[in-house]
Amino acid sequence: MRNERTTEEVALGIRRRVFEHSMRNNGGYLSQACSAGEQLAWLYNEELKLGAPTLPMIPKPFEGVPSPSNPDYHTGAGYNGPATPEFDRLFIAPAHYALVAYATLIEVGRMAPEGLEMFNKDGSSVEMIGAEHSPGMEVHNGTLGIGLSTGAGLAYGRKRRGEAGRTWVFMSDGEVQEGQTWEAVQAAAHHGIDNLYAIMDVNDQQCDGAMSSVMEVGDIKTKFQNFGAACIEIDGHDLTAMRDAVKEKHDGKPLIILARTNPFHTMSILEERFPRLHYVRFKSEDERARMNVSIAADLGVEPVDYSH
Amino acid sequence: MVEMVSRPYAKAFESFAAGNPDILCLSADLTSSCEVDGFRDRHPDQFISLGMAEQNMMSFAGGLGLAGYRPFIHTFGVFMYRRPYDQLMASIAYPRRKVRLMGFLPGITTPGGMTHQSIEDISVMRSIPNMTILETGDATEVESICEAADSIDGPVWCRVLRGSVPRLFDTPIKVGEMRELSSGDDILVVTSGICTEEAMRARSALAKAGLSIRHLHLHTIKPFDSKALLDHIGSVKHGVITLENHVTEGGIGSLVAETMADAGVGKRLIRLGLKDTYAHGGSRPYLMRYYGLDALALVRGIEDLTGQQFGITENDLDSARVEDVHSLVKAEAL
Ligand SMILES: Cc1ncc(C[n+]2csc(CCOP(=O)(O)OP(=O)(O)O)c2C)c(N)n1
Ligand SMILES: [Mg+2]
Repeated sequence: MRNERTTEEVALGIRRRVFEHSMRNNGGYLSQACSAGEQLAWLYNEELKLGAPTLPMIPKPFEGVPSPSNPDYHTGAGYNGPATPEFDRLFIAPAHYALVAYATLIEVGRMAPEGLEMFNKDGSSVEMIGAEHSPGMEVHNGTLGIGLSTGAGLAYGRKRRGEAGRTWVFMSDGEVQEGQTWEAVQAAAHHGIDNLYAIMDVNDQQCDGAMSSVMEVGDIKTKFQNFGAACIEIDGHDLTAMRDAVKEKHDGKPLIILARTNPFHTMSILEERFPRLHYVRFKSEDERARMNVSIAADLGVEPVDYSH
Repeated sequence: MVEMVSRPYAKAFESFAAGNPDILCLSADLTSSCEVDGFRDRHPDQFISLGMAEQNMMSFAGGLGLAGYRPFIHTFGVFMYRRPYDQLMASIAYPRRKVRLMGFLPGITTPGGMTHQSIEDISVMRSIPNMTILETGDATEVESICEAADSIDGPVWCRVLRGSVPRLFDTPIKVGEMRELSSGDDILVVTSGICTEEAMRARSALAKAGLSIRHLHLHTIKPFDSKALLDHIGSVKHGVITLENHVTEGGIGSLVAETMADAGVGKRLIRLGLKDTYAHGGSRPYLMRYYGLDALALVRGIEDLTGQQFGITENDLDSARVEDVHSLVKAEAL
């Protein structure tokens, strides 16, 4: 399934939706739309080979957690199409990027816009921290650092079964502080899991602020290579660079694309809050109003009428 | 109207720790979410940023303990025992390091879903030798948690409330004791954490229905004063009911059950809490209703225990507090 719109248009659409949502709700994971807009747009609009969605455009309400008494339980993976051998799979490892991921599903026609209105509402499956029953999610990743390992296991299993589809993991840079990320790369390299792909939003920020002030991680490209992955670093807002990066040969190794990004890209006023952009809640009505006007102008839309 | 206290932990930790050279504040990239951002900014020499790397943080804290420090670890409760359980055991619990484990967002107090909700931590901690367990149920307990935890010669697991917290009590935590909130003789209600406020919401409706309730609030879960509990059980006619923000396996319901079984008490016990289930994301009142942790669930449990119907509905209960998801007292919306 391919979208007729350009990936630039999809990225802009994602940002407009996340912006509108954050304005109406007086806050949200807004800066992740700035940094990751191109990456998720590119994955869904161009790179991933996905079938048509198997779940309803308007998400169903929450239908219970997995348990023996809930035999109809299913995940939200159906928004990415069927899990058949020829298709790719995607995990959103940092589950707080869910808002951006949901906006992406809408922009590429996999979920209805109503889905975003259900975000973080009681009884809804469209959870703030993407749960495995949330649209587009297949596993729980809210505890950061487990996504790449699960991806490696799935990729290994699919390779063993001779499946053509690739396994992709969208990652955040905070995850490199977790030891498990390195264990995952080590295992993927050791077992030659080259059908495993990751693209990481390297926005240099985490909850407490700049990564360098919280816990320096150094030259992660060299570190990934030393752990046995093929690793390429690109400008994460440059789609041509992204398209080229994935062509890198990586026989017997997982491919990790480090997308260096700017956490206020396309929303210049957010720089005022730099480097504390992990969760943007407007500090006053005045700030909310100023940001509304400024970001709307940057994104080429009318300011959001959030009064009702 | 109950008094609401804004960010009680922030102030309490700072006034307790500032200037005490043996106390260090550790954080794993959730500094403002755990209300120690002000402390970090004003007392940087006592603050250690360890990044989002909890396994290392636990053993690192063990090492600090070996050097004679008393580290206070700050992160969401789940991130302090699920992944780094082995480190918690080997580096902290076994050698009885004086590490104070400040676990935020206990149980379903967060809309973050399964990965953010510590629903089985008490069960886990109860089974760890050398561990002390404290749980806060109001602002006064949050204000006294640092002192209480630091009085223990060994590791301490604390369930800490954050943000806007109601004040229900006027005396600090006295480790090892329990609070007797009412002294009736029909039924014993035992609660902890945020469930105590729920039980208080049902108080007047139950009194109107003619029931005499004895209500105990537990802030100290381990060590536990079994004798005091048994005395209270002996003072009621019908039986005991527990309500907790935790799975019923291994939490305070189990604690009461074990105490009763050990002493051969033949009264009925009903344990309310998460019934062998994970939870999902949603607001606190919604989740408390959905999983049966609220005042109404307690009333239904009491009806079951007494075999009577009281006709009590939501309207008869004191109103629930509705939290503002986007309140400025929280760093994010979790
Ligand atoms: C194991 C674990 N520890 C802590 C957290 C809390 N947490 C959620 S997001 C986050 C910051 C991680 O950095 P990153 O994903 O790069 O954040 P962003 O770029 O979106 O600010 C933290 C510490 C978590 N979800 N999981
Ligand atoms: Mg980041």
